[in-house]
Amino acid sequence: MTERKGAARRAREDDRQGNPKAGEEGKEKQMIVQFFFYLFAALLLISGLLVITLRNPVHAVLFLILAFFNGAGLFLLAGAEFLAMILLVVYVGAVLVLFLFIIMMLDIDFAELRAGFTRVLPLGLLVGGVLVAELVMVFLAWQPSPMAEKLRMAATPEGVNNTEALGRILYTDHVFFFQAAGMILLVAMIGAIVLSLHHRRDVKRQDVAKQVARRREEGVRLVDVKPGEGL
Amino acid sequence: MAIGLAHFLTVAAILFTIGVFGIFLNRKNVIVILMSVELMLLAVNINLVAFSAHLGDLMGQVFSLLVLTVAAAEAAIGLAILVVYYRNRGSIAVDDINTMKG
Repeated sequence: MTERKGAARRAREDDRQGNPKAGEEGKEKQMIVQFFFYLFAALLLISGLLVITLRNPVHAVLFLILAFFNGAGLFLLAGAEFLAMILLVVYVGAVLVLFLFIIMMLDIDFAELRAGFTRVLPLGLLVGGVLVAELVMVFLAWQPSPMAEKLRMAATPEGVNNTEALGRILYTDHVFFFQAAGMILLVAMIGAIVLSLHHRRDVKRQDVAKQVARRREEGVRLVDVKPGEGL
Repeated sequence: MAIGLAHFLTVAAILFTIGVFGIFLNRKNVIVILMSVELMLLAVNINLVAFSAHLGDLMGQVFSLLVLTVAAAEAAIGLAILVVYYRNRGSIAVDDINTMKG
Protein backbone atom coordinates (compact mmCIF):
# COMPACT_ATOMS: atom_id res chain seq x y z
CA MET A 1 0.00 0.00 0.00
CA THR A 2 2.80 2.37 0.83
CA GLU A 3 4.17 1.69 -2.64
CA ARG A 4 1.34 3.75 -4.01
CA LYS A 5 2.10 6.86 -2.06
CA GLY A 6 4.49 9.51 -3.27
CA ALA A 7 8.10 8.78 -2.53
CA ALA A 8 8.66 12.18 -0.95
CA ARG A 9 5.61 11.74 1.23
CA ARG A 10 6.70 8.28 2.22
CA ALA A 11 10.16 9.46 3.16
CA ARG A 12 8.66 12.23 5.24
CA GLU A 13 6.33 9.86 7.04
CA ASP A 14 9.21 7.56 7.83
CA ASP A 15 11.01 10.57 9.25
CA ARG A 16 8.09 11.59 11.35
CA GLN A 17 7.43 8.21 12.84
CA GLY A 18 11.10 7.42 13.26
CA ASN A 19 10.09 4.02 12.02
CA PRO A 20 12.85 1.60 13.10
CA LYS A 21 11.71 -1.06 10.63
CA ALA A 22 12.09 1.38 7.78
CA GLY A 23 15.72 1.76 8.94
CA GLU A 24 18.29 0.51 6.48
CA GLU A 25 15.92 -0.12 3.59
CA GLY A 26 14.22 3.24 4.03
CA LYS A 27 17.52 5.02 3.94
CA GLU A 28 18.45 3.31 0.73
CA LYS A 29 15.09 4.24 -0.80
CA GLN A 30 15.58 7.82 0.29
CA MET A 31 18.98 7.88 -1.36
CA ILE A 32 17.45 6.68 -4.62
CA VAL A 33 14.65 9.24 -4.38
CA GLN A 34 17.19 11.99 -3.73
CA PHE A 35 19.35 10.89 -6.61
CA PHE A 36 16.47 10.90 -9.04
CA PHE A 37 15.10 14.19 -7.72
CA TYR A 38 18.39 15.96 -8.29
CA LEU A 39 18.84 14.28 -11.67
CA PHE A 40 15.37 15.31 -12.89
CA ALA A 41 15.63 18.80 -11.40
CA ALA A 42 19.06 19.48 -12.90
CA LEU A 43 18.05 18.21 -16.34
CA LEU A 44 14.79 20.18 -16.15
CA LEU A 45 16.53 23.45 -15.36
CA ILE A 46 19.34 22.94 -17.88
CA SER A 47 16.95 22.07 -20.69
CA GLY A 48 14.74 25.02 -19.66
CA LEU A 49 17.72 27.34 -20.02
CA LEU A 50 18.59 25.83 -23.39
CA VAL A 51 15.01 26.33 -24.60
CA ILE A 52 15.26 30.07 -24.17
CA THR A 53 18.84 30.52 -25.38
CA LEU A 54 19.22 28.17 -28.35
CA ARG A 55 19.46 29.73 -31.77
CA ASN A 56 17.52 27.10 -33.63
CA PRO A 57 13.85 26.84 -32.55
CA VAL A 58 13.63 23.20 -33.62
CA HIS A 59 16.35 22.39 -31.08
CA ALA A 60 14.51 24.57 -28.56
CA VAL A 61 11.34 22.49 -28.99
CA LEU A 62 13.34 19.28 -28.60
CA PHE A 63 14.79 20.56 -25.34
CA LEU A 64 11.32 21.63 -24.25
CA ILE A 65 10.30 18.01 -24.77
CA LEU A 66 13.22 16.93 -22.58
CA ALA A 67 12.15 19.49 -19.97
CA PHE A 68 8.63 18.07 -19.92
CA PHE A 69 9.95 14.52 -19.60
CA ASN A 70 11.92 15.55 -16.53
CA GLY A 71 8.93 17.49 -15.20
CA ALA A 72 6.95 14.26 -15.50
CA GLY A 73 9.71 12.54 -13.54
CA LEU A 74 9.34 15.10 -10.76
CA PHE A 75 5.57 14.52 -10.77
CA LEU A 76 6.21 10.81 -10.34
CA LEU A 77 8.48 11.48 -7.38
CA ALA A 78 5.77 13.66 -5.83
CA GLY A 79 3.28 10.81 -6.23
CA ALA A 80 1.18 12.26 -9.04
CA GLU A 81 1.45 9.37 -11.47
CA PHE A 82 -1.64 10.22 -13.48
CA LEU A 83 -0.55 13.80 -14.08
CA ALA A 84 2.92 12.62 -15.05
CA MET A 85 1.46 10.40 -17.77
CA ILE A 86 -0.97 13.13 -18.87
CA LEU A 87 1.97 15.49 -19.15
CA LEU A 88 3.71 13.08 -21.47
CA VAL A 89 0.64 12.25 -23.55
CA VAL A 90 -0.90 15.71 -23.82
CA TYR A 91 2.19 17.86 -23.77
CA VAL A 92 4.86 15.87 -25.49
CA GLY A 93 2.42 14.01 -27.68
CA ALA A 94 0.24 16.87 -28.81
CA VAL A 95 1.26 20.39 -27.85
CA LEU A 96 4.99 20.18 -28.51
CA VAL A 97 4.50 18.26 -31.75
CA LEU A 98 2.16 21.08 -32.76
CA PHE A 99 4.96 23.56 -32.03
CA LEU A 100 7.32 21.48 -34.13
CA PHE A 101 4.84 21.41 -37.02
CA ILE A 102 4.36 25.17 -36.94
CA ILE A 103 8.08 25.89 -36.83
CA MET A 104 8.73 23.61 -39.75
CA MET A 105 5.72 24.83 -41.71
CA LEU A 106 6.46 28.54 -41.52
CA ASP A 107 9.53 29.65 -43.37
CA ILE A 108 10.96 32.15 -40.93
CA ASP A 109 14.31 33.84 -40.70
CA PHE A 110 15.06 33.23 -37.06
CA ALA A 111 18.41 34.99 -37.10
CA GLU A 112 16.62 38.26 -37.77
CA LEU A 113 14.29 37.67 -34.84
CA ARG A 114 17.24 37.37 -32.50
CA ALA A 115 18.45 40.90 -33.09
CA GLY A 116 18.69 42.79 -29.79
CA PHE A 117 19.26 39.57 -27.86
CA THR A 118 22.32 40.90 -26.04
CA ARG A 119 20.80 44.36 -25.60
CA VAL A 120 17.96 43.13 -23.38
CA LEU A 121 20.13 40.59 -21.55
CA PRO A 122 21.01 42.90 -18.59
CA LEU A 123 17.36 43.93 -18.15
CA GLY A 124 16.27 40.32 -18.33
CA LEU A 125 18.88 39.26 -15.78
CA LEU A 126 17.76 42.08 -13.47
CA VAL A 127 14.09 41.12 -13.69
CA GLY A 128 14.94 37.44 -13.32
CA GLY A 129 17.15 38.12 -10.30
CA VAL A 130 14.45 40.22 -8.62
CA LEU A 131 11.87 37.52 -9.27
CA VAL A 132 14.06 34.75 -7.84
CA ALA A 133 14.87 36.91 -4.79
CA GLU A 134 11.18 37.61 -4.20
CA LEU A 135 10.20 33.98 -4.57
CA VAL A 136 12.97 32.86 -2.21
CA MET A 137 11.97 35.50 0.35
CA VAL A 138 8.31 34.50 0.21
CA PHE A 139 9.37 30.93 0.51
CA LEU A 140 11.67 31.48 3.50
CA ALA A 141 9.06 33.47 5.40
CA TRP A 142 6.24 31.07 4.58
CA GLN A 143 4.87 28.70 7.17
CA PRO A 144 2.14 26.18 6.51
CA SER A 145 -1.02 27.01 8.37
CA PRO A 146 -1.75 24.70 11.33
CA MET A 147 -5.28 24.56 9.93
CA ALA A 148 -4.06 23.23 6.59
CA GLU A 149 -4.82 19.61 7.39
CA LYS A 150 -8.39 20.47 8.32
CA LEU A 151 -8.95 22.73 5.31
CA ARG A 152 -8.30 19.94 2.81
CA MET A 153 -11.00 19.73 0.19
CA ALA A 154 -10.28 16.19 -0.95
CA ALA A 155 -7.96 14.27 1.31
CA THR A 156 -5.90 11.63 -0.48
CA PRO A 157 -7.61 8.32 0.22
CA GLU A 158 -5.52 5.46 1.58
CA GLY A 159 -5.01 2.27 -0.34
CA VAL A 160 -6.15 3.65 -3.67
CA ASN A 161 -3.81 4.47 -6.51
CA ASN A 162 -3.47 8.00 -7.74
CA THR A 163 -5.46 7.58 -10.96
CA GLU A 164 -8.39 5.95 -9.21
CA ALA A 165 -8.39 8.54 -6.43
CA LEU A 166 -8.41 11.36 -8.98
CA GLY A 167 -11.16 9.69 -10.96
CA ARG A 168 -13.27 9.26 -7.85
CA ILE A 169 -13.36 12.97 -7.10
CA LEU A 170 -13.19 14.24 -10.67
CA TYR A 171 -16.33 12.41 -11.80
CA THR A 172 -18.33 12.98 -8.63
CA ASP A 173 -17.67 16.05 -6.50
CA HIS A 174 -15.93 18.08 -9.15
CA VAL A 175 -17.79 17.03 -12.25
CA PHE A 176 -18.53 20.65 -13.23
CA PHE A 177 -14.85 21.38 -13.07
CA PHE A 178 -14.28 18.52 -15.47
CA GLN A 179 -17.05 19.74 -17.78
CA ALA A 180 -15.59 23.25 -17.73
CA ALA A 181 -12.23 21.84 -18.86
CA GLY A 182 -14.03 20.08 -21.69
CA MET A 183 -15.79 23.30 -22.69
CA ILE A 184 -12.47 25.14 -22.76
CA LEU A 185 -11.06 22.54 -25.11
CA LEU A 186 -14.16 22.68 -27.32
CA VAL A 187 -13.98 26.47 -27.57
CA ALA A 188 -10.26 26.29 -28.32
CA MET A 189 -10.85 23.70 -31.02
CA ILE A 190 -13.59 25.73 -32.70
CA GLY A 191 -11.47 28.87 -32.39
CA ALA A 192 -8.44 27.25 -33.96
CA ILE A 193 -10.51 25.86 -36.84
CA VAL A 194 -12.25 29.19 -37.48
CA LEU A 195 -8.93 31.04 -37.36
CA SER A 196 -7.03 28.80 -39.70
CA LEU A 197 -9.84 27.92 -42.11
CA HIS A 198 -8.99 29.75 -45.23
CA HIS A 199 -11.13 29.96 -48.33
CA ARG A 200 -9.05 30.51 -51.42
CA ARG A 201 -10.86 32.40 -54.13
CA ASP A 202 -8.33 31.70 -56.84
CA VAL A 203 -9.04 27.99 -56.85
CA LYS A 204 -12.00 26.59 -58.80
CA ARG A 205 -14.13 24.29 -56.72
CA GLN A 206 -16.93 21.95 -57.67
CA ASP A 207 -20.31 23.18 -56.45
CA VAL A 208 -22.66 20.23 -56.80
CA ALA A 209 -25.81 22.20 -55.94
CA LYS A 210 -25.02 24.73 -58.60
CA GLN A 211 -24.42 21.98 -61.14
CA VAL A 212 -27.66 20.23 -60.34
CA ALA A 213 -29.68 23.46 -60.41
CA ARG A 214 -28.42 24.35 -63.85
CA ARG A 215 -31.11 24.37 -66.53
CA ARG A 216 -31.03 23.86 -70.23
CA GLU A 217 -31.89 27.48 -71.02
CA GLU A 218 -28.80 28.75 -69.20
CA GLY A 219 -26.40 26.35 -70.88
CA VAL A 220 -27.58 26.10 -74.46
CA ARG A 221 -28.26 28.90 -76.90
CA LEU A 222 -29.81 28.20 -80.29
CA VAL A 223 -28.45 30.32 -83.06
CA ASP A 224 -30.04 30.54 -86.45
CA VAL A 225 -27.16 30.77 -88.86
CA LYS A 226 -28.01 32.21 -92.22
CA PRO A 227 -26.40 30.51 -95.22
CA GLY A 228 -23.40 32.37 -96.55
CA GLU A 229 -22.83 34.35 -93.34
CA GLY A 230 -20.61 33.65 -90.43
CA LEU A 231 -21.62 33.67 -86.85
CA MET B 1 18.15 15.65 3.81
CA ALA B 2 14.95 14.08 2.55
CA ILE B 3 13.28 15.51 -0.50
CA GLY B 4 10.40 17.64 0.70
CA LEU B 5 8.19 20.53 -0.29
CA ALA B 6 11.11 22.98 -0.18
CA HIS B 7 13.02 21.19 -2.91
CA PHE B 8 10.08 21.13 -5.30
CA LEU B 9 9.26 24.78 -4.64
CA THR B 10 12.85 25.82 -5.31
CA VAL B 11 12.96 23.98 -8.62
CA ALA B 12 9.60 25.47 -9.61
CA ALA B 13 10.71 28.99 -8.65
CA ILE B 14 13.87 28.73 -10.74
CA LEU B 15 11.96 27.26 -13.67
CA PHE B 16 9.36 30.05 -13.50
CA THR B 17 12.15 32.62 -13.54
CA ILE B 18 13.70 30.92 -16.56
CA GLY B 19 10.33 31.30 -18.28
CA VAL B 20 10.08 35.02 -17.48
CA PHE B 21 13.69 35.47 -18.54
CA GLY B 22 12.93 33.73 -21.83
CA ILE B 23 10.12 36.18 -22.59
CA PHE B 24 12.51 39.08 -22.02
CA LEU B 25 15.30 37.52 -24.01
CA ASN B 26 13.29 36.57 -27.09
CA ARG B 27 10.95 39.50 -27.31
CA LYS B 28 10.72 39.30 -31.09
CA ASN B 29 10.14 35.60 -31.49
CA VAL B 30 6.55 34.65 -30.69
CA ILE B 31 7.24 30.93 -30.88
CA VAL B 32 9.92 31.07 -28.18
CA ILE B 33 7.65 33.34 -26.10
CA LEU B 34 4.93 30.69 -26.29
CA MET B 35 7.47 28.05 -25.28
CA SER B 36 8.52 30.21 -22.31
CA VAL B 37 4.89 30.45 -21.26
CA GLU B 38 4.72 26.65 -21.38
CA LEU B 39 7.77 26.49 -19.11
CA MET B 40 6.12 28.88 -16.64
CA LEU B 41 2.95 26.79 -16.63
CA LEU B 42 5.03 23.68 -15.96
CA ALA B 43 6.58 25.47 -12.97
CA VAL B 44 3.10 26.33 -11.68
CA ASN B 45 2.06 22.71 -12.12
CA ILE B 46 5.08 21.51 -10.15
CA ASN B 47 4.07 23.87 -7.34
CA LEU B 48 0.49 22.60 -7.35
CA VAL B 49 1.56 18.97 -7.36
CA ALA B 50 4.17 19.54 -4.63
CA PHE B 51 1.60 21.18 -2.34
CA SER B 52 -0.91 18.48 -3.19
CA ALA B 53 1.57 15.80 -2.15
CA HIS B 54 2.66 17.72 0.94
CA LEU B 55 -0.83 18.38 2.29
CA GLY B 56 -2.34 15.13 1.08
CA ASP B 57 -5.04 17.08 -0.77
CA LEU B 58 -5.95 15.82 -4.22
CA MET B 59 -7.54 19.13 -5.18
CA GLY B 60 -4.14 20.47 -6.20
CA GLN B 61 -3.81 17.74 -8.79
CA VAL B 62 -7.33 18.36 -10.07
CA PHE B 63 -6.48 22.04 -10.49
CA SER B 64 -3.25 21.09 -12.19
CA LEU B 65 -5.32 19.16 -14.73
CA LEU B 66 -7.27 22.34 -15.48
CA VAL B 67 -3.99 24.24 -15.91
CA LEU B 68 -2.85 21.60 -18.40
CA THR B 69 -6.13 21.94 -20.31
CA VAL B 70 -5.89 25.70 -20.46
CA ALA B 71 -2.25 25.50 -21.53
CA ALA B 72 -3.13 23.13 -24.37
CA ALA B 73 -5.96 25.42 -25.50
CA GLU B 74 -3.70 28.45 -25.30
CA ALA B 75 -1.01 26.79 -27.39
CA ALA B 76 -3.52 25.73 -30.04
CA ILE B 77 -5.12 29.17 -30.31
CA GLY B 78 -1.80 30.99 -30.15
CA LEU B 79 -0.29 28.92 -32.92
CA ALA B 80 -3.45 29.30 -35.03
CA ILE B 81 -3.21 33.10 -34.68
CA LEU B 82 0.46 32.85 -35.58
CA VAL B 83 -0.31 30.91 -38.77
CA VAL B 84 -2.98 33.41 -39.82
CA TYR B 85 -0.64 36.31 -39.09
CA TYR B 86 2.16 34.70 -41.07
CA ARG B 87 -0.18 34.07 -44.00
CA ASN B 88 -1.15 37.74 -44.08
CA ARG B 89 2.20 39.36 -43.49
CA GLY B 90 4.89 36.84 -44.38
CA SER B 91 6.71 37.26 -41.08
CA ILE B 92 6.08 36.73 -37.38
CA ALA B 93 7.91 39.77 -36.01
CA VAL B 94 6.13 40.80 -32.82
CA ASP B 95 7.04 44.44 -33.30
CA ASP B 96 4.66 44.76 -36.24
CA ILE B 97 1.72 43.10 -34.54
CA ASN B 98 0.24 46.38 -33.32
CA THR B 99 -0.60 47.11 -36.96
CA MET B 100 -3.42 44.58 -36.49
CA LYS B 101 -5.34 47.20 -34.52
CA GLY B 102 -8.44 48.13 -36.48
